[in-house]
Amino acid sequence: MTTAPPKKLSLKERYTLMTRDLAWDTTYQPMSKVYPQVGYEGIKIHDWNRWEDPFRLTMDAYWKYQAEKERKLYAILDAFNQNNGHLTVTDARYINVLKLYLGSTPPLELMAARGFTNMGRQMVGAGPRVACLMQAVDEYRHFQTQIHSVSNYNKYYNGLDEFAHQQSRMWYLSDGKSFFDDAITAGPFEFMVAIGFAFEYVLTNILFVPFISGAAYNGDLAAMTVGFSAQSDEARHMTLGLECIKFLLEQDPDNLPIVQRWIDKWTWRGTRKLGAVGMMMDYMLPKRIMSFKEAWEIYFEQNGSALFNDLARYGIKVPACFSQTVVEKEHVSHQSWIGFYMKSRAMSFHTWVPGPEELDWLSEKYPNTFDRFYRPTLEHWDKMEKQGKRFVNNTQPMNCQCCLNTIKYNEPDDPMSTCFRESVYKGEKFHFCSDHCKAIFDHEPEKYVQAYISSHQALQGNCAPEGVDVTANDFDPARYMNDFWRLDPRATGDFNGSDDQKNFAAWRAQATTN
Amino acid sequence: MSSNTFIAFQKNEDTRCIVEAIVDDNPGAVVVDQPAMVKVDVPGRMVIKRTTVEEKLGREFDLQELQVHLITISGHLDETDDEFCLSWEQ
Repeated sequence: MTTAPPKKLSLKERYTLMTRDLAWDTTYQPMSKVYPQVGYEGIKIHDWNRWEDPFRLTMDAYWKYQAEKERKLYAILDAFNQNNGHLTVTDARYINVLKLYLGSTPPLELMAARGFTNMGRQMVGAGPRVACLMQAVDEYRHFQTQIHSVSNYNKYYNGLDEFAHQQSRMWYLSDGKSFFDDAITAGPFEFMVAIGFAFEYVLTNILFVPFISGAAYNGDLAAMTVGFSAQSDEARHMTLGLECIKFLLEQDPDNLPIVQRWIDKWTWRGTRKLGAVGMMMDYMLPKRIMSFKEAWEIYFEQNGSALFNDLARYGIKVPACFSQTVVEKEHVSHQSWIGFYMKSRAMSFHTWVPGPEELDWLSEKYPNTFDRFYRPTLEHWDKMEKQGKRFVNNTQPMNCQCCLNTIKYNEPDDPMSTCFRESVYKGEKFHFCSDHCKAIFDHEPEKYVQAYISSHQALQGNCAPEGVDVTANDFDPARYMNDFWRLDPRATGDFNGSDDQKNFAAWRAQATTN
Repeated sequence: MSSNTFIAFQKNEDTRCIVEAIVDDNPGAVVVDQPAMVKVDVPGRMVIKRTTVEEKLGREFDLQELQVHLITISGHLDETDDEFCLSWEQ
């Protein structure tokens, strides 16, 4: 007697059986008490079964492919480290990009893991719950692998060892922290739009695609492999974000204005977050594959427009900030670098004036702005440095109450003047970098008055050690900041003359001679 | 004019075959080579067919294996056992 082997289940059947079919509705307690968070933002959901994961990924397949990714990743990391891979990067300036990346990215991955863990608990439908669970595990993986990939550099270079302490204290890391703190303290659907949609779908392409390809171009196999390994999960995250938006808009027409406001808000918050990424691409990669402006055009303007055109059928409009970002793409990376260059004593990575060929590249990539507004400043600073008078700004930075960036960007219609906005709330004045940040604050002031602003904390005496009289007339708040940040003095200042520069040159010479 | 869909992969021997399959099945596909990665743009709708990828690879292929090499996508996704499809036209 022969028995025919059972027919293999199709992808759709497997997904249905192993996702939807494993869920149930509660009977001892009403569903509204089991899932208490999904109602209070005003979002109306009528049928959770309409949400489908187009990847149709089930947990068993998820573990299988993720395990394969990890095996590949760690094999490459081991090989890179065993082969003194850190000496194969283009030049030691490159390593500074890793210092900024380490402080700004893995801690945010951890926040994303926490956020999606909560989403996996709060979403009523089994489809989104499982997708959020997978994303939470992914984000935790990214947090760990990113730290592992940079840890080898920490054995050789300065400024990498205190990123976890600095993340919630350092003035230039507070923009990213504030982004995720804002998202994770919002309701579940706003979190999904903020991270799943605006961050993953619209914006991570800029960080992980051209920037990581740039890391590869600069010989950093470790950052390349960890970046692309993370990005292989991002395609799934983007899909989840896009499905979430479509689902919300299809469920009820009343959801449209709420979702539109979130898209407007989070597209802008993400845009501000990417100012530093622009600087990493244009200034910190010794070999460049494309300018930030070009990346913005491909991944935000073209890809974003494709998406917004598609969502127009639900009534979604292009985010209010879109036209301003198109103007700003010519400016933000330069203003960011100039802003960081002058604060070099208060940062755990080095800055420098690009060499003449690099300045020419920037002139070519930014014909409308670079020669007119930025090159003269950088050339002037170069001259000062060569005379032994490296320019430093020792004042406390002023930060935007909403995005936490230092206030340094220009008026949208006037590149020669800084954009300042303010609002008064309960008799107190708050400052912003832009109309969009002011509008976000004005909508939820109670939330944003709580922002942690490093320079305010310093001036209020909250960063001085115990026993210091912070009310004394001669109290100098700046005096204690480097200790408070645990800032390694070897990691500060200009790249020229740094330990990193000398050590890298010496080690590379050893690697190529007897 | 319809918007571009795109997909990007890490560059390796598997994705060399996958990209060849995409080019064969999608007239109008534009391949963009970048350091360590490869991106393919197709206006409107892109399909990756399991059978074509299997022909190029010379072995069986589960479309979910794409997950291991993926970097980014643009477009609405629909995945079955036989096709991985991205589109901006619903």
